[in-house]
Amino acid sequence: MTDQTQHTAAGPATTRARRKSQGVLGLRGRDITLMGIVLFLTLAAPFILNPFPATSGMAQFNAGYPDLMQRFVIFGIFAIGFNILFGLTGYLSFGHAAFLGVGSYSAVWMFKLLGYNIVPGLVLSVIVAGLFSLVIGYISLRRSGIYFSILTLAFAQMSFALAYSVLTPITNGETGLQVYTSDPQYLQSADAPSIPHLFGLEMRATETLRLGGWSFDLNFGYYVCAVVMVLAFYLAIRIFRSPFGMMLRAVKSNQQRMNYTGLNSRPYTLAAFVISGMYAGLAGGLMASMDPLAGAERMQWTASGEVVLMTILGGAGTLIGPVLGAGLIKYFENIFSKINDGVLHQWFAFMPDGIEDLLVGIVHPFVGKGWHLTLGLLFMLVVIFLPGGLVEGGQRIASVFRRDRKAGGAEARAAAKRNVE
Amino acid sequence: MSSSNYSRRRLLKTGAATGAALATPTLFTGAAWAQEQGFTNAPTGGTVTLGFNVPQTGPYADEGADELRAFELAVEHLNGEGDGGMLSTFSSQALEGSGILGKRVEYVTGDTQTKSDAARASARSMIEKDGVIMISGGSSSGVAVAVQGLCQEAGIIFMAGLTHSNDTTGKDRKANGFRHFFNAYQSAAAMGPVLESLYGNDRKAYHLTADYTWGWTTQESMQAATEALGWETVNNVLTPLASTDFSSYIAPVLQSGADVLFLNHYGGNMVNSLTNAVQFGLKEAQANGKDFQIVVPLYSELMARGAGQNIAGIPGSQNWDWKLENQLGEKYKGTNDFVQAFGEKYGFPPSQAAHTCYVQTLLYADAVQRAGSFNPCAVVEALEGFEFDGLGNGPTLYRAEDHQCFKDVVVVRGKENPENEFDLVEIVEVTPTEAVTYPHDHPMFAGGELGECNPGA
Repeated sequence: MTDQTQHTAAGPATTRARRKSQGVLGLRGRDITLMGIVLFLTLAAPFILNPFPATSGMAQFNAGYPDLMQRFVIFGIFAIGFNILFGLTGYLSFGHAAFLGVGSYSAVWMFKLLGYNIVPGLVLSVIVAGLFSLVIGYISLRRSGIYFSILTLAFAQMSFALAYSVLTPITNGETGLQVYTSDPQYLQSADAPSIPHLFGLEMRATETLRLGGWSFDLNFGYYVCAVVMVLAFYLAIRIFRSPFGMMLRAVKSNQQRMNYTGLNSRPYTLAAFVISGMYAGLAGGLMASMDPLAGAERMQWTASGEVVLMTILGGAGTLIGPVLGAGLIKYFENIFSKINDGVLHQWFAFMPDGIEDLLVGIVHPFVGKGWHLTLGLLFMLVVIFLPGGLVEGGQRIASVFRRDRKAGGAEARAAAKRNVE
Repeated sequence: MSSSNYSRRRLLKTGAATGAALATPTLFTGAAWAQEQGFTNAPTGGTVTLGFNVPQTGPYADEGADELRAFELAVEHLNGEGDGGMLSTFSSQALEGSGILGKRVEYVTGDTQTKSDAARASARSMIEKDGVIMISGGSSSGVAVAVQGLCQEAGIIFMAGLTHSNDTTGKDRKANGFRHFFNAYQSAAAMGPVLESLYGNDRKAYHLTADYTWGWTTQESMQAATEALGWETVNNVLTPLASTDFSSYIAPVLQSGADVLFLNHYGGNMVNSLTNAVQFGLKEAQANGKDFQIVVPLYSELMARGAGQNIAGIPGSQNWDWKLENQLGEKYKGTNDFVQAFGEKYGFPPSQAAHTCYVQTLLYADAVQRAGSFNPCAVVEALEGFEFDGLGNGPTLYRAEDHQCFKDVVVVRGKENPENEFDLVEIVEVTPTEAVTYPHDHPMFAGGELGECNPGA
């Protein structure tokens, strides 16, 4: 039945044409370029994110330090996974942070019980998050639209409350689950590092390259995350282009019609839910691997909301959009929030006193603690003027420079693209 | 749709790139955060950066704001600006007001949000991005324990701010972490005799406890101390730290048969729970033929200000109070110098949170100066077993076995008729150091291991 639907949607002719063209690792055309871009961005991130010399005044806009780079890719994975559910099926889950938290707790428990090698932790975090999302998805997916969102939100808040107080013996509540020297760690050998590592290579190991005034941190933990994200991204492309992905899109465009044809769409949506839950679990596991502590706040509804913002900001339903959105939000959270009044006064120091204070007063609400405000404005602008997110912005800019510019512009092409897909 | 074909050659190229990517990790030799001088973030050039990680949002935000003021003041004094504050009364005269080891002190700040996760993220970015050599601050034991663990792993010094849980220098003690503030056990030891004299030996206690490491150990300590007086513990209810309304927790208290309510809450939590308790009429209530009483084990002026009139008559303990030197004399010298410097800059007296953060910064700077090096292991050596005076608490010892300070504990009570909005508590008693000293392997502190100091190299 799957096969049949796929044929009607894409048409036999197109399928044949696709089969004819050779691909690399099952990728074709634009996808290879996209994959190349992601590969380049992740590998070169320590250089791209540190464009300013370490001693210059602009250095505070540098984002190329291990902690933040790790966050970029980890939340990238989280958003990619979320997009498989939201972008393809249109089901808006408001509880994905629960899976991230569950993944973190599983990973830390593996550190406590087995040892600091991250592999068992990552495996368990994906499995546990998968099972957890299977249960929540099975119940929540009985409803769609707003009711589904509310159900997932309710489950996530329940998980948060459980982790925060009821399940304190398992989660260590407010203090956060940590590894103690008294923990058994049955597989921890005597000479292994006592911080998370991958077969002896510490996640924290950093090589600092100094070139002139610039310094670049090449961090092992970051590259582990980056490789995982590239794999996760590859998997997402394959899912997007597969017959299964086509089914998910069909759910988004008209689930009712699908049901009338006698097709049960729930197994597909449930599979998508579980896959995106596993992505979240993987992200959670990686987070714990980079810093072996898991707090309940990771599961709070604000964390679930954040990934929705990331996806929409970047471009829901696009492949690279969620990654860009995740990067942007994390950049704001970590860099913009650091700009305090002292820094502002430095910037405007060349002005006369009165004007300086005025300017600082004007800018003050938007930086530092007020970074949420700036982000909110940006989000509004994106949603109003670029409904397709940052990716649509990129396409519009690209179309300005493209030679074979068609009269219709970006919208027409986007519409055409949607029809093809 | 694009019809381009990818040839074998293209495939080989992609393969080579992937291979190179996978080989990248072999570049790393495991020199974690280390630099030329053999320890993490060794200061180069004419400045040294300290990291002040305090709650700017969440239930302890007031304390955090006051801590930040104290840090700014301490940095000013270290750099030789202002009137020097406690530098003149400090028994160790190694600091000259010319920075630390001649390097000008700079600082970065972060927001812990009173959450372990956020605090660690903020601390990590301070270490990795801003290159700080020491982190101080925090106004929650959960946060302090989490950040202390991180500093131990990263190889920098953690000078704990306001953290009162037994675990900080007990179960979770770390070689790179130091605490000047007192702890739950010491609070209980100091309050026991006072509670006995105020309320007698036949009481039934009901505990409301903030549900994290500080609340747990405070409750445990208070229960042990009061049961030693012959009191009975009726119930202990854990409340989430993020709660803002405690009515549902307060309502059952009067029916429980208890006649004393312990609010093991701090900061915004305590202000809210006390307000709720007063609204429910607990202060005027009678139980078991006695007046109902409320006790707040850990007190602060900031909380008193938040709670207003409700605080009147309620006993608690403090690490320090700004009136100490005025009321109890020369022994607590340094207090007035600090209060004056702080008051001149900000216009009101400092809280105990501000005091401990100011003192910790000075103690760190002094230890570096005496050790002649920023190397964390040298600093640890200089601080272990260090005896000092003139920082407002009287003679104080930094015990080597658990990195806990031992000094007098102040027992206070909310004033019935405060004269102004800053003078809200009165000092009932000062419990001498000997009465609050315990062996470092006391059961309430057992299970911890300092480990080796970690310079990060």
